[in-house]
Amino acid sequence: MEAIFKKLSALSATTILLILSAIFVVLFIYAKPAVSKYGIHFLVDPRWDVTVALNQNNTANNASNTKATDENVANNQDTVDNDNGINSDDSINTDDDMANSDDDAINSGPIGGDDSDVLAALGDNTQSKNTETIYGGLVPIVGTVLSTILAMFFAVPIAMGISIFLAEIAGPKLSKPVGMAIELLAAIPSIIYGMWGLFYFGPFISRIFGGSSVSLLVAGLVLGVMIIPFMSSLTRDSMNTTPDVLKESAYAMGATKFEVIKDVIFPYAKQGIIGSMILALGRALGETMAVAFVIGGVFTFPKTITDPTVSIPVVLANNFAESSGMSLSALFYLALVLFVLSFIVISFAKFYFLRDKK
Amino acid sequence: MKKFIAGLTLAAVSSFAWTINGTGASFPYPVYKQWIHSFYDKTGNRVNYTATGSGTGIKEVVARHVNFGGSDKPLTPRVLKIAKLYMFPTVVGGIVFGYNIPGVHNLKLSEAAIQGIALGTIQYWDNPIIVQYNKNAHLPHKKIIFVHRSDKSGTTFNFSYYLSKMSSIWRKYYGARKLINWPTDAQGRSVAGKGNFGVSAAIKTNNYSIGYVDYADALKNHLQMASVQGRDGRFYAPIPANFSKGAAYAGFDPKKDFYKVIAYPKHGYPIIASTFILLPKEKTASNKEVTAFFNYAYNYGDKAASSLGYVPLPSSVKAQIRKYWEEKGISPAK
Repeated sequence: MEAIFKKLSALSATTILLILSAIFVVLFIYAKPAVSKYGIHFLVDPRWDVTVALNQNNTANNASNTKATDENVANNQDTVDNDNGINSDDSINTDDDMANSDDDAINSGPIGGDDSDVLAALGDNTQSKNTETIYGGLVPIVGTVLSTILAMFFAVPIAMGISIFLAEIAGPKLSKPVGMAIELLAAIPSIIYGMWGLFYFGPFISRIFGGSSVSLLVAGLVLGVMIIPFMSSLTRDSMNTTPDVLKESAYAMGATKFEVIKDVIFPYAKQGIIGSMILALGRALGETMAVAFVIGGVFTFPKTITDPTVSIPVVLANNFAESSGMSLSALFYLALVLFVLSFIVISFAKFYFLRDKK
Repeated sequence: MKKFIAGLTLAAVSSFAWTINGTGASFPYPVYKQWIHSFYDKTGNRVNYTATGSGTGIKEVVARHVNFGGSDKPLTPRVLKIAKLYMFPTVVGGIVFGYNIPGVHNLKLSEAAIQGIALGTIQYWDNPIIVQYNKNAHLPHKKIIFVHRSDKSGTTFNFSYYLSKMSSIWRKYYGARKLINWPTDAQGRSVAGKGNFGVSAAIKTNNYSIGYVDYADALKNHLQMASVQGRDGRFYAPIPANFSKGAAYAGFDPKKDFYKVIAYPKHGYPIIASTFILLPKEKTASNKEVTAFFNYAYNYGDKAASSLGYVPLPSSVKAQIRKYWEEKGISPAK
């Protein structure tokens, strides 16, 4: 009996390792084409799904590309009206053959080919010889890190305040229902936070801070709201484990409530508090649906905090259903990056903060 | 004995009823749902269609996981040949400019204005190019916030296809794709929404914004919609009558498996799109069931389509499609 029990529990423990390695292996296998194509440069390249001509220097080309567009358009601006006038005259004469050749030009042109995805899925690699599509993950990586940091900045003080209030200041008549409410908040599915953020919280924030209704700031705050319940309920529980003897002796020495909390409860509950923060951090890093609604989904670096940007899970959720071939592989590469990123952050937090465990 | 006969007829009836499965584009999903419902009521045959997006629709039918796939983006005859697929259009819809400028109604957008807004060269609402056709509206000196889709979508493809046909500069630098690196992103004037409803919500909650959405969604969300200059230079209000005027010039060609992106027709509202069905060539039996369903939809589904904001195909195109089925040997069994 004893032996079976031991075996069973060992088996459950191994499943964790098995699942973890299975996820890693699958991510790696699917990401392999992108990894071998873009290599480590993927991590520092801010371009996503940008098609460039192969025969030129890529980065210079891209920069000059956008510039060239601006200039061209600026130059053409005056003539645009005239052009259109001429065109519309022409188009009355042109028949459908003309229109069809337009179609072909658009689809086989240097920029067109979305068909490449389908063809790649079919194992046909004849597409676009003189162009290349670049995938780089820097924008979503930065967006993920920034939104997580914002969320932690916002959530940690509030969560601490809530748990101190519940554990020490409020009487049982108040702390019970409030504690229940917090656990309820933790149980709300993330998509509901997303909908709330999109329709109410985002516009509210943009009225106060300016900017648009979906932005890095809104994403950070919604994330913060989402992780507060986790942090505060775990922190409260670990604060409650402080033995009454310790607290009472501190009060007997003449300590004030603030001093007791600061010097007795916090040091005693430190590990639980940090553990709760790490759990919350993990959730904030990987949160998908809520952020997808409120971060904006624009592939640019946020210049100010109220600019929209994008994060890794959001890119995955937005583009996964419609991707195949190299774009799918690039998504798996991003997923791998997120996996490794959260692994590093969480293990760093664990080792750094909890190193003096014994 | 009576019971036995009743059981036999029941068994016979139920063995005649069939089920087909399809997946793909979400844009026509509301009208497909209506058609499926009334088809079931009438014939007892089940059609399952899940709205998973055009990309998934193509992938699933290429992998032969479903009886038919739906796609907003037509595949070229070459790709169809490689993947061994048949293709035909089902319904037409409009893509509209929804905007939110307090106090401004009946905005008119010329081609030059649309090009400038999309390319990011027109940055403020009171730009002379916009004002030219909106003399009576008090356009403010406010930055234009451009709203676009954050996810890959057929709507983006059809909208950028329209831009490509309308503007040679756009075609040169951006082209027609399901995901665009919008020039306004780099200027920090963009907001993106997930799905059509995300875009609608972003337009509603951000003043001085403009974005492209499916007509049906714009209608549902009570967005202000701009009139758009057509290829013939006239302005067309975004209403189904003008969409169908454009659809009449679609020019579908059965020889090319109806491969045609119908945006930018000669007359009528210019930003229109049709949605397509893909069939696996070798599965004749199930293809006949699929065509039976769509034949029913062509015959009796126009009213449902119109009431949902779609435009039914012109009857000439329907006749072409029926002929196409016949040629391929997949006409619905009578």
